[in-house]
Amino acid sequence: MSVSLATSHSPLPEIAVQHQDATVSPFPVKCQIRNVGFHYGKFHALKNVSLPLHDRRVTAFIGPSGCGKSTLLRILNRIYELYPNQTASGEVLVDGQNILSPGFDLNLVRAKIGMVFQKPTPFPMSIHDNITFGIKLYERLPRSELDDRVESALRHAALWDEVKDKLRQSGLGLSGGQQQRLCIARAIAVQPEILLLDEPASALDPISTQRIEELIAELKSDYCIAIVTHNMQQAARSSDYTAFMYLGELVEFDETEKIFTHPREKRTEDYITGRFG
Amino acid sequence: MQLYTRRRIGNYVVVGLSLAATAFGLLFLVFVLGTLLKNGIGALGPTLFTQATPPPGSQGGLINAIFGSVAMTLIATLIGTPTGILAGTFLAEYAHGSRLGEIVRFINDILLSAPSIIIGLFVYSVLVVPMGHFSAWAGSVALAIIMIPVVVRTTEDMLNLVPNSLREAATALGAPKWKIVVTVTYRAAVQGMLTGVLLAVARISGETAPLLFTALNNQFWSADFNRPMANLPVVIFQFAMSPYADWQTLAWAGALLITVAILFLNVGARFFASWSGLQK
Repeated sequence: MSVSLATSHSPLPEIAVQHQDATVSPFPVKCQIRNVGFHYGKFHALKNVSLPLHDRRVTAFIGPSGCGKSTLLRILNRIYELYPNQTASGEVLVDGQNILSPGFDLNLVRAKIGMVFQKPTPFPMSIHDNITFGIKLYERLPRSELDDRVESALRHAALWDEVKDKLRQSGLGLSGGQQQRLCIARAIAVQPEILLLDEPASALDPISTQRIEELIAELKSDYCIAIVTHNMQQAARSSDYTAFMYLGELVEFDETEKIFTHPREKRTEDYITGRFG
Repeated sequence: MQLYTRRRIGNYVVVGLSLAATAFGLLFLVFVLGTLLKNGIGALGPTLFTQATPPPGSQGGLINAIFGSVAMTLIATLIGTPTGILAGTFLAEYAHGSRLGEIVRFINDILLSAPSIIIGLFVYSVLVVPMGHFSAWAGSVALAIIMIPVVVRTTEDMLNLVPNSLREAATALGAPKWKIVVTVTYRAAVQGMLTGVLLAVARISGETAPLLFTALNNQFWSADFNRPMANLPVVIFQFAMSPYADWQTLAWAGALLITVAILFLNVGARFFASWSGLQK
């Protein structure tokens, strides 16, 4: 079974090629997650999770619902702090600095680490303003430069050609897939270093999903990407590393190829072969 | 088959009763509007908008009362809208699950259903008595106090309808909370909030009891907010109770005017509501 999965993902040659690259010139660790735990009130949602996220690589988080993979992502930009009874422990070192330490500037965390959510969340404003919203939080730019940044973000997110004539129209008028690419454009317009994608394609149709996956493949040359997905094929197709989580614990973390072909843990094998989850 | 027949009969009965109840309610509405039109339309004329309320037996209009109603409603709206929106924002965005929030919400609900005459008496004792005379300021404040809980409630409800995912997305970009509230959440809820304000304006523009104790009335044209000011509801009250036929006619005209104005406000509110429905 695991063999057939391996063949299903090998027809994408660029992944295999880049993997050989990876062994030649290792991609440095951008973000080191160290002994991270998490509580929703009394519920212990994450237990002692440690793993690295490599720069310019895609790390996929898989596991059944409630295993804590989205929770882990929400720790990485400290968005959980919106809610009073959620607490995280441990360390998340980005370029060697612990972003979870209370003294660390929250604005800096979120400027460095962008996030895209499961459901597209365009703001109720024009496409142009959706993109500039984040930029204006950090920079004061003249109009022409702002327009350049909007164009470059939208081009990066492979949305420019579809929206260039209606930048002043509401972002809510776009299709679901376009909205999600708008959200990705909005996140990268701030020029983050790490991109967190929380099931970015799960609310989209197959064609939009494919576009998002292509986009991820392009974006990883610039960013360190962490993606949560329920879709195992998606993890196999678009990631370089995979972390399998179960009941709040990190069961196994390795190169995606190894996880999907020779998992060390029985639970990982059971999950990726569809025996549970 | 028999079961089906029985269900169909039950259906007819329920639909019939619902229709009857609707007709019963509508009947009075149509009756009120019809009477107003019949008695008020004859009194409508240019003098209505050019002359002040007359002494009994002479010609006159309602311009002082129309001005007073519009002016006091405007001032009340200027006080009530920002206060109500800010308090509603506090409840929806900042006081989630907090004890203070619960208390404020509870008090607001009481205020929402407080009889307007009590509000009038309250403003009478805290403003009119110390000032020593009735005034348009007192009237405006009384109307604002009636308006605030309505705006607080609709603002809170509308903000609560904005999905949290939108706030999270803005937070993830690094936006501070006040900025998210002002630029994202308000924008997502603006139509609903405007609808609430319009409904509150409609509500206060017909209030009589709170004005009786505060702005009272004025036979003459006055734009001085420190003095008593004429207003449509109190003029209608006074003129309709009077034994003079020409005063009664003016009362009908005033009643028609106020009803039409409120009708327009409500239609405007519905327009805003449906506009927001189209946007989503």
